[in-house]
Amino acid sequence: MGELILSPLRYERLLEGLSVTLQVLGLAFALGIVLSLVFGVARLSERRWVRGIALVYVEFSRGISSIILLFFMAIAIPILLGLEQRSLLVLGGVALGLNMGGYGAEIIRGAILSVPKGQTEASISLNLTDAQRLRYVILPQAMRVILPPMGNLTIEILKGTALVSLVGLADLTLALRKLDVPQPGVERVPTMVLFANVLVIYFVVAQVINGLFRLAERRTERSYGTRAPIEPVPDGVETAGAGG
Amino acid sequence: MSDTLQDPTDGTVDADDAALPPGVGESRWWRRPDVMMPLTIVTILGVALAMTGVEQVHFRVDVSPDGSTVWDWTFFWALVPEMLKGLLVLARATVFGFAVALVVGLVLALGRRSKHRVVSWPTAGFVEFVRSTPLLVQLYFLFYALPDAGIRLGRMQALVIGLGIHYGAYCSEAYRAGINSVPEGQWEAATAMNLGPTTTWTRVILPQAIPNVLPALGNFLVAAFKDAPLGYAITVTEVLFFATTISGRLFRPQEPFILIGIGFLLVSLPAAWLVRRLEARLAYDRI
Amino acid sequence: MPTTASEPIPAVRMRKVSKAFGDNVVLNELDLDVAPGERVVIIGPSGSGKTTILRVCMTLERPDAGTIDINGESLYHEPDGDGLKPAREKHIRQVRSRVGMVFQHFNLFPHMSALENVALAPIKVHGMPKDEAYELGRQLLDKVGLRAHANHAPGQLSGGQKQRVAIARSLATDPDVMLFDEVTSALDPELVGEVLGVLRDIAEEGTTTMMLVTHEMGFAKEVADRVVMFDHGRILEEGPPDQLLHEPAHDRTRSFLRAVLAH
Ligand SMILES: Nc1ncnc2c1ncn2[C@@H]1O[C@H](COP(=O)(O)OP(=O)(O)O)[C@@H](O)[C@H]1O
Ligand SMILES: [Mg+2]
Repeated sequence: MGELILSPLRYERLLEGLSVTLQVLGLAFALGIVLSLVFGVARLSERRWVRGIALVYVEFSRGISSIILLFFMAIAIPILLGLEQRSLLVLGGVALGLNMGGYGAEIIRGAILSVPKGQTEASISLNLTDAQRLRYVILPQAMRVILPPMGNLTIEILKGTALVSLVGLADLTLALRKLDVPQPGVERVPTMVLFANVLVIYFVVAQVINGLFRLAERRTERSYGTRAPIEPVPDGVETAGAGG
Repeated sequence: MSDTLQDPTDGTVDADDAALPPGVGESRWWRRPDVMMPLTIVTILGVALAMTGVEQVHFRVDVSPDGSTVWDWTFFWALVPEMLKGLLVLARATVFGFAVALVVGLVLALGRRSKHRVVSWPTAGFVEFVRSTPLLVQLYFLFYALPDAGIRLGRMQALVIGLGIHYGAYCSEAYRAGINSVPEGQWEAATAMNLGPTTTWTRVILPQAIPNVLPALGNFLVAAFKDAPLGYAITVTEVLFFATTISGRLFRPQEPFILIGIGFLLVSLPAAWLVRRLEARLAYDRI
Repeated sequence: MPTTASEPIPAVRMRKVSKAFGDNVVLNELDLDVAPGERVVIIGPSGSGKTTILRVCMTLERPDAGTIDINGESLYHEPDGDGLKPAREKHIRQVRSRVGMVFQHFNLFPHMSALENVALAPIKVHGMPKDEAYELGRQLLDKVGLRAHANHAPGQLSGGQKQRVAIARSLATDPDVMLFDEVTSALDPELVGEVLGVLRDIAEEGTTTMMLVTHEMGFAKEVADRVVMFDHGRILEEGPPDQLLHEPAHDRTRSFLRAVLAH
C-alpha cells in the first residue's frame, strides 16, 4: 500500500482538527459530568417531582440520537431564537454533553445504590447532612463502580465528537475530509492511507482516555486496605450508542 | 411467577435438566412467553422490514409553510408521511446491520476464544480498535476509501456493513461475557459426563449463556438504531436527510426537525423500555 | 405528660411508640424511660424488635405513632403554638445530635483510615479545626487501645479492632445517649473481650446514657443498671440484672435465658 506516513503538513492539519475535537470533548465531558451528578442524584430524590423530572431528562437524552439533537441545535435553534452568530463548538459540546449526562446519570444512580445501606445509616448516626453524606461517604465509595463505565462513556463521547464535522465544525474528521479533496498541484495521498491515519489517531486518544481512567481507578482502589470484588458488568452494555 | 409455563416434561430427566439445577426447568427462557414475545416481535418486524423493498426514497411535500407563523400545523402534518419513509429506511438499515452484527460478533467472539494467539490477539485488537473509533469515520472509510482497493459499496450497503461491524464488535464482548458467566463447574460437569463439544455447547453452555446475553443484545439493537442516522453522511435517505432537505428547500427547520425528533423517540423509547423489561425479567429469573 | 420539677428529665423517653412493617407489628405502643447516665440492657428473642427500638431513637426508622423525647426534647415533633407538629429536618438533626449509635456490622467508612473515620464528624458536623479533630481522634483511638492503628484502613483491621474504631467514631460526636446494637455478635469469640472491655470503660465513667442490645448475659449483669426483657413488640418484664436474670417472673423469660445460656 506504499507510504503509510503522511507529510508533516498534513499531520499539522490533522492536529489542528484534533485540537478542536478535544475542545468539543472537554466541553461535553464537563457538562456531561455535572448533568450526570445532578440527575443521577435527583433520580434517587425523596421528592416525586424531582425524580420525575430527572427520569424525563434521562429517558429523553438516552432516547434521542445525539446526531439528531446536534442538527436540531445547530440548524433549528439559531433560526428559532434568531441568533446572528452561533458557536458550533459550544453547540456541539452542549449536544454531546446533554447526551452524556443521561447515560452518566444512570451510572451514578447505580453506583450510589451499590454502596451498602449501612454506610448511610452510619452517616445519619454521625449527624452528617445529606449533602455531606453524599460528598464524603457515598460518592467516594461509588467511585470504583463509576469509573470503569464512565471511561467507556467518555470514549463513546469522543467517537460522538466526529458528528460535529457534519454541521461544519473543523474537527479531526472534517480535517480528514478536506485533505481527501483533490487539489491541483498537490500529490494525492490514497484515501485509504489518510483514513487509516485518522482512525489510528482516534484510537490513540481513546487509549489515552482509557489509561487515565485506569489510573484513577488505581488511585481509588489504593485507598482501600483490601480489595472487595466489584460486580462485573459486560463491557459497554451501559454506554453503547452514547454519542451516536 | 404466575405466568410461567408448567414444564410438560416435568419429572423426566433429559439432557437439559441434567445440566440445570433443580427448579430452573420450569422457567427455561425459550418456553416463557414474556421472553419469547419480544424476540418473536423483533424477528417478525425484522423480516417484514427486510421484505419491503425500500432503498432510496424521495421526499415530496406539496404544502408550503405559512411564513407568518412560527409553527404551522398543516405543514407539520403534511410532513408526517414523508418522515415515516425516512424512519422506515432507518429501521431497515438497523435490522440488516444488526443481523450482520450478530454474525460478525459470533465470529469475533470465537476468534477471541481461540487457543492460538495468532488468532486471538489480532481479533482482540480489532474489536478494541473498532469500538474506540467513530462509526462516522468508519462509514466514510467503507464508502470513500474502499473504492481505492477496488471495492465499491452502495450507500445503504456501506451503512449496513458499517453498523454490522461496529456493533459486531460490541456483540462479541457481550457473547464473551455471557459465556464467561457460565460457572466453571458446568464445563467440568460436562467433561465428567463425557459430553462431546457440540452437546456441551448446545445443551449446557448456550442455554445458560443466552439469557444473560439477551438484554445486552437488546441494548445494542437500540443503540444501533440511534446510530443509523449517521447514514446521512453517506447520503442514505433517512430522517436527517429528510429534515435537512426540506428545511433547506423551504428555509423552515422547526417543523421537520421537531418531527424527526418525535418520530425517533416514538421508536427508541418503547424499544428501550422493552429491553429493560426483558432485562428485569431475566435478572429476576437468575436469582 | 409534663414532668414535675423534682424528678430529672429522662435522657430517653418513649411513649406509645408503634412501628409495623406491613402486617408485622414490631413495636406495639412501647413505653420506655431511660434516666441520664443509666445503663439499660435490652434482651429478647431474635426478631422481637430490639434493633428497631434503637433504630427509631436514631431516626433510621420513623415510628408510625408515638413520641420519643431526648433530654426532654421531642425528636419527631416540634412545638407549634400550643400543640406539636411533625418536626422538620433541622429540628430532627439538632435533637439527634445528642444520640450516637454503634452497629452490629461496624459500618466503618472503608475508604478512610481509622483516624479519618473518627475525625470526620468533628470536622464536618461540629466544624472543629482539622488539627484539633485529629488530635481528638488520636485520643479516642488511644482510649480504645488503637492509637498505633490510626492510619490503618478498616480493611486491614480485625473485627474487634473495627468495632473499637466504630465506638471511638461514635464517641467523637460526644453523644449523651449511646445505642449499641449487638456490637459483639459479628465477632469471632476470641475478639469479643476486647470490645466488651471498651464498653466497660465507657460504663464506668458513668456520664453516658447507654442502651445496649446484647446476648452477653455475664456482661449485662456486670454493667447494667436495669435489664429489659422484650417480646412481641412490648416489654415483658424489667428489673435489676440480679433479679431479672436469676429469678425472672415469666416463663418466656426463663426459657429465653436458658436457650441463650445453653449456647
Ligand atoms: N426494614 C424492614 N422491613 C421489613 N421488616 C423489617 C425491617 N426491619 C425489621 N423488620 C422485621 O421486624 C422484626 C423485628 O426486627 P428487629 O428489630 O431487627 O429484631 P431483633 O433486633 O430483636 O432481632 C423482624 O421480624 C424483622 O423481620
Ligand atoms: Mg437485631
